[in-house]
Amino acid sequence: MSAPATEQVQHGRRASPRRLAGERSERAPRIFAALTAARDPDAPIADDTRTEVRLCAGSACHASGRLAVRAAFEEELAARGLTDTVRVVETGCHGFCERGPIVVLWPRGLFYGHVEPADVPRIVAASIVGDDVYKKRLYKDPQTRQAIARAADIPFYSEQERLVLALNGRIDPYSIDDYLAHDGYRSLAAVLADDDPDALIETLTASGLRGRGGAGFLTGRKWRFARDAPGDVKYVICNADEGDPGAFMDRSVLEANPHVVLEGLIIAAFAIGAHEGYVYVRHEYQFAVERLRWALDRARERRLLGRDILGSGFDFSVQIDQGAGAFVCGEETALIASIEGRRGMPRVRPPYPAVQGLFGKPTNINNVETLANVPRIVAEGSEAYAARGTKTSKGTKIFSLTGRVANGGLVEVPMGATLRQVIFDIGGGMLRGRTFKAVQLGGPSGGCLPEALLDEPIDYESLKAAGSMMGSGGMVVLDDTTCMVDFARFFLTFTAEESCGKCVPCRVGTAHMVDILDAICKGEADMADLEKLERLAHTVKENSLCGLGQTAPNPVLSSLRYFRDEFEEHIRDRRCRAAVCSELVEFHIIPGNCVGCLRCVAVCPTGAISGPRAEPQSLDASKCIKCRSCVEACRYNAISGDAIVAETADTTPGGAGSTVTTGGGDAH
Amino acid sequence: MTAAVASTTCRCRSGERVGDDPLAAILATCSGERPELVAVLQQAQDALGYLSADTIRRIARRLRLSESDVFGVATFYAEFRFSPPGRHRLRVCLGTACHVKGGVQMMQTIERRLGVGAGETTPDGEYEVERVACLGCCALAPVITLDDQIHGQMNVIELQKLLDERTGD
Repeated sequence: MSAPATEQVQHGRRASPRRLAGERSERAPRIFAALTAARDPDAPIADDTRTEVRLCAGSACHASGRLAVRAAFEEELAARGLTDTVRVVETGCHGFCERGPIVVLWPRGLFYGHVEPADVPRIVAASIVGDDVYKKRLYKDPQTRQAIARAADIPFYSEQERLVLALNGRIDPYSIDDYLAHDGYRSLAAVLADDDPDALIETLTASGLRGRGGAGFLTGRKWRFARDAPGDVKYVICNADEGDPGAFMDRSVLEANPHVVLEGLIIAAFAIGAHEGYVYVRHEYQFAVERLRWALDRARERRLLGRDILGSGFDFSVQIDQGAGAFVCGEETALIASIEGRRGMPRVRPPYPAVQGLFGKPTNINNVETLANVPRIVAEGSEAYAARGTKTSKGTKIFSLTGRVANGGLVEVPMGATLRQVIFDIGGGMLRGRTFKAVQLGGPSGGCLPEALLDEPIDYESLKAAGSMMGSGGMVVLDDTTCMVDFARFFLTFTAEESCGKCVPCRVGTAHMVDILDAICKGEADMADLEKLERLAHTVKENSLCGLGQTAPNPVLSSLRYFRDEFEEHIRDRRCRAAVCSELVEFHIIPGNCVGCLRCVAVCPTGAISGPRAEPQSLDASKCIKCRSCVEACRYNAISGDAIVAETADTTPGGAGSTVTTGGGDAH
Repeated sequence: MTAAVASTTCRCRSGERVGDDPLAAILATCSGERPELVAVLQQAQDALGYLSADTIRRIARRLRLSESDVFGVATFYAEFRFSPPGRHRLRVCLGTACHVKGGVQMMQTIERRLGVGAGETTPDGEYEVERVACLGCCALAPVITLDDQIHGQMNVIELQKLLDERTGD
């Protein structure tokens, strides 16, 4: 890096403030006038004071049947002659994905979930024509069973602080005017008017924004490296290769508000001096790709992208590159290789992409959520932004809350919120009242944290110290039906398959770790294997080339740290307390609990359960394939896969009601 | 975009082309530079259903790369396939959320019903079964897709019903 050259540039820029001030006084009004002109004043925009039907068109709601719901609304409104007075708009993801299809009615902000086409006439009659609510589809508090009408009053929303997701569920992702009307591209205009990339980078650095994709590197510093790197041609890349199983916030932001990401990317390009950019997005994310493409076209039409943006003289063009399904391509150097049309294999760093990246040029890569934070930081200033969060982690973080939790979906909270707040206050606690066992954060690179850490504030450092990591923000809640050994094996199997094979520790090490975990799950391992596993985990962690291998052992190490007894139980007692590892499990009917309702008989795919109605059933172990269908179906705790529970229950017929709970971990 | 491709493509198992030569059209519009390779492979597979040895050869020639180079890139990415697809595509999500909510049971049910597992096609060419790491609809776990239609919050009974309906007609 040639530091003197950089200093000259900076010096030169600051040497003639007076001349610049003169230019700026003329420049700013021109750019803001261009911004005003970019918006079509007649285009419809989201307005909370008018009657609007906002239908969620996110992927989850789409899967739950939102198209039929939209058709029903259109039909019903037309039949009542309300088409002109009521605006029906399809918005991006509302985040409460578990409740899909979601409909929110304004001006009252009423929230309806699990809406079916048949409900629509009643909803229209009650809440659009009338001044009432349609109780059946309102959210009901899991504890009190009280219906809550307004979205803003539901704890899932009221306990969040939605900054990045602020316009999700509000604006039409296909309308650039809707975004412009909500101060969209105003930050870009301000940045172009100021024409001071160094000050911009200062602001970003001072805001404390850190990469939301996993590693948590200071974004401002990253921009500084790329800006200071010598070279005329530079690139910016938006990393939308969201590969972590269990994370979908990037997808939701792209689907709901593609312009905010684009605005962030253009600002990043201006900061480092790039004129070409890429969005690297998963091929599987077809909705996101479609909406992004649409957004790029509109932005180009309105002179927000392309040549001479808003008349500022700054040129920037973007193209979309679709990933072809390789988890490792989330790693920067692998992603670059993939865009260059090669096998997506990481390389040794340094040189870092900021110095030598795409096509050998200085390249800045930011994740979707990181870029979506940028316009807000510019708008409200670094101090206001940094007021949220903890000492080292500023702003908010979006988590995708899933697993055995009552209210799954996208949750945005300030850094420093506790896991308990997210899982129990916002997430509504455990599914079907089961017992919390662990929460997995950070996907295949992260780890499982036990109940004792639920009150830890969430930030980059605290999670790392606890043996997990922020990662991209996947948060999977586990209950007593999850086996920690099987779960560790699940992640290692994933990383072993996704290992690109370039370096030995990762390629060979992860495969051996899977073998050992497999043996433990089957009850074929001994205690020495456990030590071998731990040693191997450290070897892989310390010697792998890229982030994939360096973090792959985390799920195993964190599980061994907090749930070692479960591993030992598998080896010593050949017992899987969660009744998941099929080799260690044999299902039994607990006669004292069975009422003979025959639900299990109806679901058993092999006819292994039989008996007369209203009497305890019997289970033929030779026919049982251990699919757990009966366990899921049983409402009386009458089937157990755990030998200890079943035996205790067998010896004390009649008193089984009390014995069932002794096992604690048995499934029902 | 997909609709336009579909009209020139036969959806049958052999993946044979109907009408024009879609690969020729794809190769004609690309600039022939290496960075386009992955995109060209994606378009070719979208149009033809899979990447045959002949497709690889023609793409290699157009981009002035060796066949082994093109093949090496194609095999690196999970998206590409080198044999004709089944008539119906059944994808089972085995991401984290689906794993803890019974995705494995979904896969086992399919294996039992169809007699084939992940990465295989039924002998009659009707179904191909695939496991995917995450479809991004985690709140609906466990999730499967049949011909790109997402079915969320599945259980063994629902899945069996779905397969019964399909195999019934």
